[in-house]
Amino acid sequence: MIYEVFRQERKGQPLQHAGSVEAADDHFADVYAREQYGRRGESTALWIVPRSAVLEIHEFVDELNRNYHRVDGYPLKEKLKEARERAASAKSAGALSAGKD
Amino acid sequence: MSETEFLEYVQSGGQVEATDELPDDYRAKLIKFIEMHGNSELMGVLPEREWLLRAPTLQRKLALTAKVQDEVGHSQLIYRVVEDLGKPREQCLDDLISGKSKFHNVFHYPTKTWGDVGVIAWLVDAAAIISQKALLKCSYAPYARIMKKICWEESFHILHGRDVILTLMNGTDDQRELVHEALDRWWGPLMQFHGNPIAKENDPMYVWRIKSQGNEEARQQFLDGYVPQIWELGLTVPDPKLRKNEDDVWEYSEPDWDELKSVVTGHGPRSQDRLDLRRMARENSAWVRKVVLAEAA
Amino acid sequence: MHEKVQNTLLEIADDELILGWRDSEWTGIAPLLEEDVAFSSIAQNEIGHARALYELVARERGTTADALAFDRSPDEYRCAPIVELRLLDWGQTIARHYLYEEADAIRLERLKQSGDSEVAGLASKIDREEAYHRMHAQMWFDRLQGEPRFTAALDELRPQTTALLDSELRGEHTSELTELWEEMTMVRRSQPTGTKW
Repeated sequence: MIYEVFRQERKGQPLQHAGSVEAADDHFADVYAREQYGRRGESTALWIVPRSAVLEIHEFVDELNRNYHRVDGYPLKEKLKEARERAASAKSAGALSAGKD
Repeated sequence: MSETEFLEYVQSGGQVEATDELPDDYRAKLIKFIEMHGNSELMGVLPEREWLLRAPTLQRKLALTAKVQDEVGHSQLIYRVVEDLGKPREQCLDDLISGKSKFHNVFHYPTKTWGDVGVIAWLVDAAAIISQKALLKCSYAPYARIMKKICWEESFHILHGRDVILTLMNGTDDQRELVHEALDRWWGPLMQFHGNPIAKENDPMYVWRIKSQGNEEARQQFLDGYVPQIWELGLTVPDPKLRKNEDDVWEYSEPDWDELKSVVTGHGPRSQDRLDLRRMARENSAWVRKVVLAEAA
Repeated sequence: MHEKVQNTLLEIADDELILGWRDSEWTGIAPLLEEDVAFSSIAQNEIGHARALYELVARERGTTADALAFDRSPDEYRCAPIVELRLLDWGQTIARHYLYEEADAIRLERLKQSGDSEVAGLASKIDREEAYHRMHAQMWFDRLQGEPRFTAALDELRPQTTALLDSELRGEHTSELTELWEEMTMVRRSQPTGTKW
């Protein structure tokens, strides 16, 4: 059986796929993964999963416009420029009228 | 993706996975290349394991055993990649033992002394690591990923090799002679290691970006890195023509390409012995695999 | 440290050294690649344990661990015959591994009770690593217990395990030890004692 091995290099880091081992059962997989991915103390944790238990997803459907999920769905640059100009002219208008009082 | 599109994709740095559609020629060349690497790691174990049984200190015993253990580990990583490409491990081992598939030249030669132990770890591993670093950019991502772990582990081997050599060079006259003599014997195979200087545009492995550097480029890198290290210890190589020219290029006597061809096709001094040992070890332990893997099947 | 304690430590160290050396013979040719890697670690651990034990004794005697490990003659070693055997079949190797770990567990328990705190401390450390060896041995035992090659080897080797726990039973070395020693020390002996390698 093939077991996929995920390893965590340091505490706080995500577990990442590191490779796979062939083993007769969970006991052998434990020993073999430990050895291949831990004998140098290079991992703080390992997850071992039979390959058959892994559900793979490679196809994603994205037919409609979903720019609200992306940065380009929020065009701020022009609006910010406009708002700054508006605030700047309001300020000078206010200053002129203040000067009239 | 058509083959042309695939070629453009990999040549502009694109990588592919096991689940992607791979052109037949790419897949075939990939398997052959990676399989030869796996074979080499597995066969490379044999010249060195003789000496781990003769290591002269406990520290050397541990370091050398760990090194050889790493080579076995590398072959495991590599054969797993080949298996995921469609060729089972047992079939790879069949082909290795029958001579149908190859392994690198350096592992067909004898190791005669503790001096060889030093020279192999220092220089042969160095030559290998140059090729391996170039493979970090392999277009086939699963292989590129295991190369990261392999290169990391190999860096310890080179340290060990250097340590052994320096200790010998600082030791007795006999110990220095061990290094001289071993270097004399290994220089030829080392110069042949990276293969003949085929232009990389004509090398299918480069075209498909399985390899990311040409053979001559690798050899020049090796010479750049290691000839100074050899010379600074007062050692010489058995090539009077070796020098760096005005264009910063290393010149050397033409390596014996016939020897290379003969050796990798199984006619090296220890080729058959070692394949026999593999065959025997495999036959003797077949019953174990049957018991352990059969139940799992 | 009392002479008697030193000798006990040397017995265990010699057992671990020679067994580790034998176990390392499988590096590169074990039945499965993954097992090759795992078993090599076990062999390295045994050598490592031997080294730690030698270091304690070496300090008492004004010598080095390497000198104790390599520079004695074969008849000066205190290892039990069972570890000296060159076992070419995996079933035999695992049988010895299983039986040795069983005996070693008992021996380490005793050592953990030592009045010498350094000895007791080292025994605890070694015991923690050995837990992993025991797990490995049990795993193989479970898989191979139906196999005649394995069960026959267990039967054949079991009587030799008593010497692991009783110094009096250690007796004569096998001729295999001399052969092993010749190979183990051939590089070292090629230069004067004290040469650095």
